[in-house]
Amino acid sequence: MGRGALRLATIAVLVFLYVPIGIIALYAFNANRAQTWPITKYTTDWFAAALDNEGVRAAFGLSLTVAFWAMATALVLGSLAALAVHRYRFFGRDALSFALILPIALPGIVTAIALNSSVHALDVQFGTLTIVVGHATFCVVVVYNNVVARLRRTSASIEEASMDLGADTWQTFRYVTFPVIRTALLAGGMLAFALSFDEIIVTQFTAGTQETIPIWILNHLHQPNQRSIVNVVALFLILLSTLPVYLANRLTTDTSSGAAGRL
Amino acid sequence: MAVVYFGALALLLVSAFWYLDPATNTIVRSLSFKNFADLIGQPVFRTIVLRTLVVAVAVTIVDGIIAFPIAYYMARVAGPRVRAALFMAVLLPLWASYLVRVYAWSVILSENGFLSSVLNLIGLGGLSSVFGVSDVSMTVVFCYLWLPYMILPLYAGLERIPQSFFDASADLGAGAATTFRRVVLPLALPALVAGSIFTFSLTLGDYITPQLTSNSRFIGTSIAESVGVAGNVPFAAALSLVPIAIIAVYVLVARRLGAFEAL
Repeated sequence: MGRGALRLATIAVLVFLYVPIGIIALYAFNANRAQTWPITKYTTDWFAAALDNEGVRAAFGLSLTVAFWAMATALVLGSLAALAVHRYRFFGRDALSFALILPIALPGIVTAIALNSSVHALDVQFGTLTIVVGHATFCVVVVYNNVVARLRRTSASIEEASMDLGADTWQTFRYVTFPVIRTALLAGGMLAFALSFDEIIVTQFTAGTQETIPIWILNHLHQPNQRSIVNVVALFLILLSTLPVYLANRLTTDTSSGAAGRL
Repeated sequence: MAVVYFGALALLLVSAFWYLDPATNTIVRSLSFKNFADLIGQPVFRTIVLRTLVVAVAVTIVDGIIAFPIAYYMARVAGPRVRAALFMAVLLPLWASYLVRVYAWSVILSENGFLSSVLNLIGLGGLSSVFGVSDVSMTVVFCYLWLPYMILPLYAGLERIPQSFFDASADLGAGAATTFRRVVLPLALPALVAGSIFTFSLTLGDYITPQLTSNSRFIGTSIAESVGVAGNVPFAAALSLVPIAIIAVYVLVARRLGAFEAL
């Protein structure tokens, strides 16, 4: 393949990746309730309708709450697990590091029905708490992976040096370990938040009657009179998704320059 | 957290050997292989498993072929600025909501939607019936969803090949095709396999995309229905062992091919 052909193939793939996103963005402005192409008349009325929609607002609030708590749980447990696996050799260490990968490798539906039947077995009420626990399972893994990768690239001698200089365990963590893993925590936390915000299968089986944003979309996309609002919500989610990518980009440039500055 | 998760998973595995008494509609907690006998005995499940496998393999092959030119262009042709821009462009859709991307396609593929309009325009209106709600549509959507997961590892793998290998191959008289077949492909294989773990296992475990873009049922669809509709958790548990076993074998083979080092 020549360079021209390669360039053409690259452009074709980009078109394939972005045309569907562009089209659904256009439909958010479609005045007609029927989703036919081409769009004949444009309007911005659906944005006000979406803002006014009680269901959308409630779902959005629930999604934010769940994503926040799932992220918080994951940050604490994920980094603790990473520190433990990285620093100590203990019985079952390999098993733990393998086990932490499972929620990602297993199909979502398996995790979902496992949690669902446990919630039934334990006689717990389905609600926000069960969604958070469900989401935390895979969020922990994301944070763990980020932190463990960072720790592997960091020399253990800086912690030893800190101890040698008379710092206690807490001071070493506060002034040495934490600054090292901080950006990994940020990246992992952001990814965990985004994954939880987007999660649908585990949510379906742990939410009971509550609706997060993806569940709301799924429940309403077959209703012709709700589709225009679904389109607006879809456009909003697409715009929202550029935020973490932008932040991550800023973050990586910041850390490289920051690290260089500190040296 | 780990206790909750593994407790749930263990309970699920054990419950695969219980069974639902059809007369009383209660779960009988005693060892039985009834679920597995049902699974093997009923041809409908063989069809569903086979269909899921065929689609997962097709998606993996198609994505591998589509991903190669763009990954190659990013890794070996583009300058640093274009490469960074392309990297972001491939990454961005992964952050966009999964459900929104599937929904966008269901709108595009619908009757009188974007695709049929385009096909009519170029005189291929007859092809519309192939798409719409069908297994072909579902495969296209899966290819779209997981394509970045194939491009990114492949790009990393191709970037790692030293330039001297290309020079040496050319010096020894190999043309572009021979260099590709004898140098690039063998060295990129672990990365290709790494990408295929995502495309294969994500397709295998899905059921939202089949539900929204085709009339066919996937393994995941049957698992979800067994819990949600029939309330037959033991059978769902037995069913979920099928994708788990397939993915486990796939990952083991992938590890032997060196895919883990390429991740």
